[in-house]
Amino acid sequence: MVKRLIPLALTLITSITPAIAAEQDPFSYNMPYGVTSTSYDAFDLHMLLFWVCVLIGVGVFGVMAWSLIRHRRSRGAVAAQFHEHTTIEIIWTLVPALILIAVAVPATMALVAANAQPPKPDVIVDVHGSQWKWHYKYPDQDIAFFSNLATSSRDASQLGAKESPASAPYYLLNVDHPMVVPVGKTVQIRVTSDDVIHSWWVPQLGFKTDAIPGKINNMTFVVKKAGTYRGQCAELCGAGHAFMPIVVKAVTPAAFAEWVNKEKAAAAASKAEAAGPWDMKTAMAQGEKVYGSICAACHQANGQGIKGTFPALDGMKLSVKDHIHIVVHGSKKNPVMQAYGKQLSDRDIAAVITYERNAWSNHTGDLITPKEVEAAR
Amino acid sequence: MQNTAAGASIDHVGHAHDDHAHHGPRKGWLRWLLTVNHKDVGTMYLVLSLVGLMVGGIMALMIRAELFQPGMQLMQPQFFNELTTMHGLTMIFLAIMPALTGLANWMVPLQVGADDMYWPRVNNWAFWAMPPAALILWSTFFMHGGAPAGGWTFYPPLSTTYGPESIDWMIVAIHIMGISSFFGALNIILTILKLRTPGMKLMDMPLFTWSWLITGFLLLLAMPTLAIAATMVLSDRHWGTHFFAANGDPVLFQHIFWFFGHPEVYIMILPAFGVISEVVPAFARKPIFGRKSMIYAIAAITFMSTIVWAHHMFTVGLPVWGQLFFMYSTMLISIPTGIKIFNWVATMWRGSMTFEAPMLWAIAFIILFTIGGFSGLMLADVPADYQYQDTYFVVAHFHYVLVSGALFAIFAGVYYWLPKWSGRMYNERLAQWHFWLSVISMNVTFFPMHFAGLAGMPRRIPDYAIQFTDFNMISSVGAFVFGFSQLLFIWLLIQTIRSGKPAPVRPWDGARGLEWVLPSPMPYHTFTTPPTAKQIHDEGPQAYEK
Repeated sequence: MVKRLIPLALTLITSITPAIAAEQDPFSYNMPYGVTSTSYDAFDLHMLLFWVCVLIGVGVFGVMAWSLIRHRRSRGAVAAQFHEHTTIEIIWTLVPALILIAVAVPATMALVAANAQPPKPDVIVDVHGSQWKWHYKYPDQDIAFFSNLATSSRDASQLGAKESPASAPYYLLNVDHPMVVPVGKTVQIRVTSDDVIHSWWVPQLGFKTDAIPGKINNMTFVVKKAGTYRGQCAELCGAGHAFMPIVVKAVTPAAFAEWVNKEKAAAAASKAEAAGPWDMKTAMAQGEKVYGSICAACHQANGQGIKGTFPALDGMKLSVKDHIHIVVHGSKKNPVMQAYGKQLSDRDIAAVITYERNAWSNHTGDLITPKEVEAAR
Repeated sequence: MQNTAAGASIDHVGHAHDDHAHHGPRKGWLRWLLTVNHKDVGTMYLVLSLVGLMVGGIMALMIRAELFQPGMQLMQPQFFNELTTMHGLTMIFLAIMPALTGLANWMVPLQVGADDMYWPRVNNWAFWAMPPAALILWSTFFMHGGAPAGGWTFYPPLSTTYGPESIDWMIVAIHIMGISSFFGALNIILTILKLRTPGMKLMDMPLFTWSWLITGFLLLLAMPTLAIAATMVLSDRHWGTHFFAANGDPVLFQHIFWFFGHPEVYIMILPAFGVISEVVPAFARKPIFGRKSMIYAIAAITFMSTIVWAHHMFTVGLPVWGQLFFMYSTMLISIPTGIKIFNWVATMWRGSMTFEAPMLWAIAFIILFTIGGFSGLMLADVPADYQYQDTYFVVAHFHYVLVSGALFAIFAGVYYWLPKWSGRMYNERLAQWHFWLSVISMNVTFFPMHFAGLAGMPRRIPDYAIQFTDFNMISSVGAFVFGFSQLLFIWLLIQTIRSGKPAPVRPWDGARGLEWVLPSPMPYHTFTTPPTAKQIHDEGPQAYEK
């Protein structure tokens, strides 16, 4: 710990110069310098204000310390009786006012710049917050996917987990499917939510934007440096709030085009697979995957749920009909159970229900077909 | 010197009362249930707030225990969220606010030379509304679906569509506490305006009373606003309205809530300013510097506090002009706040200072509240706030203004007036231990949170990425020391009341104000005959002038 406190002091001193700060570890002791102009502005303003506060603090606390040391009765100080001085009072109203104006000017410029929306962004990404994962859509590229907490973090974060958080790479900051953007291009995100309020925040990009149901918030940025940037949901959104990370990969435009093609091919492949045969083995394998990324956050990997909050699936007595209905349409009784009809394909839903009815100590032998799910929609 | 003179004149007043036995308190527990005496009610508020502080503190320690290291060790995330929500609600409504109301109940009538509050019966009711509200609030932990877990701000749709049944009970508790505060505030305002002793001009009033006069009006504005927001949530949950949820506008809730919520911040700090403005002159033995500007500054802060609410909402997608307005108005508050800090420092300048416990708390208040003010100034800057918002930087900020601000000022006030209330002196040595342990551990707890926040740790998370481990470990250790230090305070209070040395009439030679002309211990009824013109003059703002 002491080893880390020394760099802390050094960081505070050296971070006046952004050039040095830019080299620092993205998660250290200070706001990251980041990779967008918004983040540069935020960092510069932050340091400007920090030093203004330090200067005022040194002045005020200095005078105070002097009084505490010199003007104490034990040293024989006799109290003066002055209690007014109009000139001094006017000065210490005007000087802070001038300082505020000096600080407000760059803040105003940075604020206007951060909120500027260019007429035509190069890439648009629709970001939907959803309890407790992010849903990304690229309308122009015709790509859509969910981004879930990586399984290793999920396992290590369970109460009484055998895995230690240190063993999970980028614990709580890793996802199964990152968002990808091209470097040097104007990216616009349009943020909204499917349920409660979330907030999309990647510190290195220099801003957070609330995801609010019924409202779309736009934010535009240009990533100046290739890399992987990590963040988390920043607005309390329920039990899984700590477990919905954001990972943005900034790659060259060529690599971005390649990624788009790969995503499209993968989508086509899973469509083809959907036309393939349907048996217990396929359903269980696919169902386990879906369960891990969608259901395990609440019902837990071991199907035990969380007592009083999320019902256990292990040993449940639901009929097939009710089971399908709840997964497709959600639960009226417990609104936290979402309607997955819109988020998952028939095949995924059939697979996950099959898995839930046959995993752990459940051995119903029910094989749910995509047709049954379609019928229940 | 003045002590003896003042003491003699009071003894006279005191004796007059002791002769009337039927003026004393009722015997037994019914005294506390039925009392309309402002001193009893003040004591009950202070005891309630101590209970609130302990309950809220236990929740805080459970939170810090879970956050000691990454991974979930002690509880499920849902329960963690219940704890953070209830910790916030408890500390605001059942620790800080009742403590300040308790100080007002004790001191305002004394400082304005009144024999009791304007509505003694309403005073009793306002207090007795609070314990049931507290029980309702805390009982939500045992309800189906658990306690409210959507934050003390209970933003919809998390509190409407996705909230457990206990949200309804939380709203009931908020309504009761709000009504209690509303009438408490009205009572204080009326006491000051209608029962002020003849011959005391408004500008002659002590600064603590001044701070409460202004805070009272702020409460009259804020509490109904909270009631409206809470009722709208209730209506969305049960009566099919769509204010916020399902086609409603969740941001509308935030506007209404913070129109209450930001003034609420000042409701918790302005009376604290008042206490500090009493303590600093007493121990510097010097009149407060810039008395008028201190009053104007409080008034200015109060007005501005009603036009800055949206600075809690810089990331919800406000238009640029809106963000600019709220940035400028928020930054402006630092000017009147700065005036107050400068004036306190100027009061110390060339004083004759001693450092008994009340003064230590006041000095710690000035330094640490200023640090909280600095981070507030930083938070006001919108482009930087895009990074700070909803991180531990914010948690650090508001704990600096509420713990080392409001709470430390309350400690200053309690130590300052305790000899007068109880007629006994507290143990100075024990008080110094309480002070130093608290002030050091408070900084150990909350200072690292600035760094955790800047490094990217969001608030209200039960589990965090491993790079935040060091800061959280330090914070947790600090929190436990801070929490257990408060047991020392409780022990000190018990010891003082049971076996403290008898307090002189004016235990602090520099203290001025009508409360100090009364004998120690104070008679049950005071100022049944108004204080004399000489007393008013000798204890007024001119008191320090030779």
